[in-house]
Parts: sequence; structure tokens; C-alpha cells
Amino acid sequence: MARFEMKASSRELELICSGLWDVHHLSGLQERLAEAVYSARRKQVVFDLENIVRFDTAAGLMLWRLRRQLKSRGIAMQIRNAAEDTGRILEMTRTHGHPDAVYSVKNYGPLESLGRFSVSVVHDFIGILGFIGHTFAILAAIVIGLRPMRMKEFLYQINESAIKALWIIALTMFLVGVVVAYQSAVQLRTYGANIFIVDMLGISILRELSPMLTAIIVAGRSGSAFAAQIGVMKLTEEIDAMRTMGFDLYAFLVVPRLLALIVMMPILIFFADMFGLLGGMVVAHTELDITPMMFMERFEQAVKLKHFWVGLIKGPFFAVLIASIGIYRGLAVKNDTESIGINTTRSVVEAIFIVIICDALFSIVFTRLGF
Amino acid sequence: MAKRIIEVKDVVTRFGDRTVHDHISLHVDAGEIYGFLGPSGCGKSTLMREIILLEPLQEGMIRIFGEDICGLDHDEAQALRRRWGVLFQSNALFTSLSVAENVSVMLKEYTTLSARLIDEIVALKLDIVGLKQGDGLLYPSQISGGMKKKAALARALALDPELLFLDEPTSGLDPISAREFDALILKLRDMLQLSIVMVTHDLASIEGTLDRMAIIDERRIAAEGTLEEVREVDSPFIRTFFGGELT
Repeated sequence: MARFEMKASSRELELICSGLWDVHHLSGLQERLAEAVYSARRKQVVFDLENIVRFDTAAGLMLWRLRRQLKSRGIAMQIRNAAEDTGRILEMTRTHGHPDAVYSVKNYGPLESLGRFSVSVVHDFIGILGFIGHTFAILAAIVIGLRPMRMKEFLYQINESAIKALWIIALTMFLVGVVVAYQSAVQLRTYGANIFIVDMLGISILRELSPMLTAIIVAGRSGSAFAAQIGVMKLTEEIDAMRTMGFDLYAFLVVPRLLALIVMMPILIFFADMFGLLGGMVVAHTELDITPMMFMERFEQAVKLKHFWVGLIKGPFFAVLIASIGIYRGLAVKNDTESIGINTTRSVVEAIFIVIICDALFSIVFTRLGF
Repeated sequence: MAKRIIEVKDVVTRFGDRTVHDHISLHVDAGEIYGFLGPSGCGKSTLMREIILLEPLQEGMIRIFGEDICGLDHDEAQALRRRWGVLFQSNALFTSLSVAENVSVMLKEYTTLSARLIDEIVALKLDIVGLKQGDGLLYPSQISGGMKKKAALARALALDPELLFLDEPTSGLDPISAREFDALILKLRDMLQLSIVMVTHDLASIEGTLDRMAIIDERRIAAEGTLEEVREVDSPFIRTFFGGELT
């Protein structure tokens, strides 16, 4: 421990210091020393360092701090009997010290935080908008044949981000179909309106549930993968390497991913429709005694084709949003490991949020148009 | 006789069938700058990792500050770790923290000093390694390779260790920065009375900084001693390395 004893004479206070004066044993020492000096009410303090066992730079800095503190109260401080090592460290901490150093992280007030957050949201929004614009300009150039399409990358992405997602989407939608049908079955039975389960399932799954859930799964699975993969490529300077080779970032990384999702999203939604309805059909059969044949027959009469198209048409729009946000977040990764985590998380959260907003807009638009 | 700060005795290390160290013994005295040299793949870094408790010791004995590193319990190992600082070859700065935060991270974790005093300690450490005060606010991605080395060195010195381990400190630096770094190591040794152990390939820093060295070649210590003593030893690696003659 860092210890000291007080010896007061008429004019001065002597502090005999002993023990370990190092970074692990300094806690609160400056305060205790200051307290002792103030309570003794002397104008002169002498520190005797002869018996100190260990004295490191932290202790040296602490003593110089104390000296400044006492000086501001008009108390003079002297050091005596410092051993050679202690003297060396005192000298070093005096010449190399920076009393005014402040490295504590600034904490912003609530208003400033809100302001900074708002600015960053606007920045991100403009950034993503610009990014989507640039991507479509490149896409247009590919369509009219000014730039080559990277077929290999495109097909690879179709497999990675869509085909490999089929099973998880199928399973999820099957279970959602089961759950929705099961819950409605109880209600419908009390009214004897068993057959209407087909109308209900058909419209809700085709129009809303399957596009929405497919988008959420793709955002969580493929959108986050885009962000993480491109983010790491940025960190390892692979993106810079591609640039120096003259490989266009958009043609190699962005367009294949975006196009793969645009093409595959409607297919995934169609797949989700089938499995959702299959789940519903199973429950309708076991709970409400509606045979699959009856289910099909009623489906043909009650559920118009437009509901299917309304669901499907949302696919490419959701795809653009998910892919753009995922890739944009990946490119927004800075040179540190933490920003990969932050940007991957944000890619998923933002994509799901935007997809829900977009879905709400579709609902309003389709209803107004009479679909 | 000077106090022995590290003692390595009959250390054997095997990876699968491959023997890396075959009964290696050496010792480092307090206050000296000691180097591990040898061809690449000879197990210099592995030996250092065994000493700093990153790799388990397979066979033999290592004493550090007089304590046998076998059979340390968790608290003893932690206490021992705080007595040395390590500068890794790739610096291993925490990229999500600023330079100042990198230096202060141990101080904040292991001490209860006031924030102002910690800031002053950080400022001192940045100053003695030759960084400017403003550099503390920058992030590792914003500074040059030489500055990263210095920042990592400042971090290794955060708790005023008695012993410093440097893994190829001058690799990846340009010759001028490398010589500056050597001078810095010498200055810090005198200033803080450090003992330093380094793994190095850099001939200029071997000549300029090392007091003694061990050459590990063919799984054994080919030579140990001062530069003059080592040069006298007849071994293919030493001839190639110091004689500039290619085998």
C-alpha cells in the first residue's frame, strides 16, 4: 500500500511517505494527501520520499498534480530525500507531463444528440437514394448493352441469396399458414362459417403475409450477408484492390446482387404463397373437415387472381430496398471492426422498417385503385 | 551478478510430430535488451508466446520474475501479466477505440484512478513514445504505420511494466522510422529502467539495440551472448545472417 505519516512542526508539515507508490495503489491517495495538508493548516509541506519502495510515473504525475492543487491554495510543497530512481521518475514526469490533457469522450446533451441523429438520418437517406440512382444508371447501361452483364456473379448470387433461402421460407410460411388457420378455425366454427377460412387464408396470405414475411426473411438472411461480406471486403482492402484493377464496383458487386434479388423475389413469394396455403389447407382439413378438394374449389371461386398479382408485384420493389440497403451499409463500413457489426445490424433493421413502410404505401395505393 | 528476470530451462515444444524446441535454455538479466533471433519458422515467436502465457508450456521450466509459470492459478497469472507489456507484430490496437482510449483501457480496467489523472498518464505515455497530444484523439485507421507502432508501445507501457516484449518491432517500418524506433527503445529503457525482450530480424536493430541475444536454429540454441560472442560461433545460419553470405 501507499502510506504516509504526518509530522507537524510550528512552521511546516512533514509527510513521511512509504510503501508502494505505483499505479495499482494510488487510488484516492491524492485526495487523502490534500485532506491531510489542509487540516494541518501549514503554509509549507515537505514530502519525504526516502522510504518509498516503488515509485512509478503515475505516482510522479499524481504528486505534480497535488503540487499544483496546493499551490492554488497558497501552500508550498517540497520534496526531499528522493532515491535516485524516484528522482529520475519525478524529473521525467515533470518534463514530459501534460497537465492540461483531456481525452475523456465528450457526451452530448439530449438536444444535441437528437440533432446529430437527425442529420445522420437525412445523410443516410440521401446516400441510399444516390446509391440506388447510381445503381439504376449502371443497370440501364447494361440493359442497352453499353456494359457487359456479369452472368457468373449474377447466377452465383441467385443461388446464394435466393435458392438457398427457399427452405427456410417454405418452413416459415407453412407454419404461419397453420397458425393463422388454426386461430381462425376456432372463431369461424362458432358461426358455422367454416368454408370462409379459404377466403380469409387466400386473401391474407397472397396479398400481405407471404410478400411481407419473405421480405423479412430475405432481409435477415441475404441483406445482412451483403452488408457483412462487402464490409469485410472493404476492411481487407479487397474493394480498393478491385478498383486498382479497373473492376467497376457496381458491375461486380452491386448489380449482380440487386438483380438477383429483383428476379428471385417474386419467385420466392410464389413459393411462400404455396406453402402458406398448404399449411392452411392441412388445418382446414383436420379442424374444419374441409377436404383439399373442397378447399381448391372454394379457392377458385372466392379468391380472385388480382390478389396473387398484388402480392407478387411487391417483390421487386422489396428486393430493391433490401439489396440497396444491405450493399450500401456494407460500403459504409469504416476501418474498424466495430463498424461491421453496427452496419450489419442496421442493414437488417433499416431494410425491415423500409419494407413495412413500402408495404403500407402499397396497401393505400392498391385500395385507392380498386385492386 | 545481475538479477535474472527470465529463466528458460530445457523447454521442449512439439507441434504434432514436429519438434520446434529441443531442450532450449536461456536467461535474461534485469535491465538488458535481449533478442531472439533465428531463421523464420524456428520458433522464436512461439518461445515468446510461451513466456508471456499465451501458449501452454509443454515441457521444461520457465521462471519469470522468479516465479515458475507452471502451476500458476488464475489470479497469480493475472498479477504476473500486469507486470509486463507486449507489443505485437501487427500492433493489435483496438480499432474501435481512439489512440488515447487504447492506452487508457488497462488503467480504466485495473485501477480506480480519477479520470483526470488517467488522462495525464495517457498524455505522458504518448509524449515519451514521441506522439503528439492531438494524436490521442485519432483512431488507429487514421494514423500511419509508424504512429501505430508508437501507439501500441504507449499502450504496452500503460501500467509502467518492468518488462517489455516486442515482437518484430521494426517490421513493416521504413528504414528511417525503424532506426527512430530503435533509438526510442534505448531511450525508454534508460528512462523507465525496463528490461526488454524482442524477436527481430532487423540487422540494424540487432547491432544498435541488443545487449545480448540467443540464436535459435535447428531446434536448439545455436549461440547465446553479446553480438561479438555470437559472431564467433560457427553455424550456417550465423554465417549467412551476419556474413551476408547466401547458402
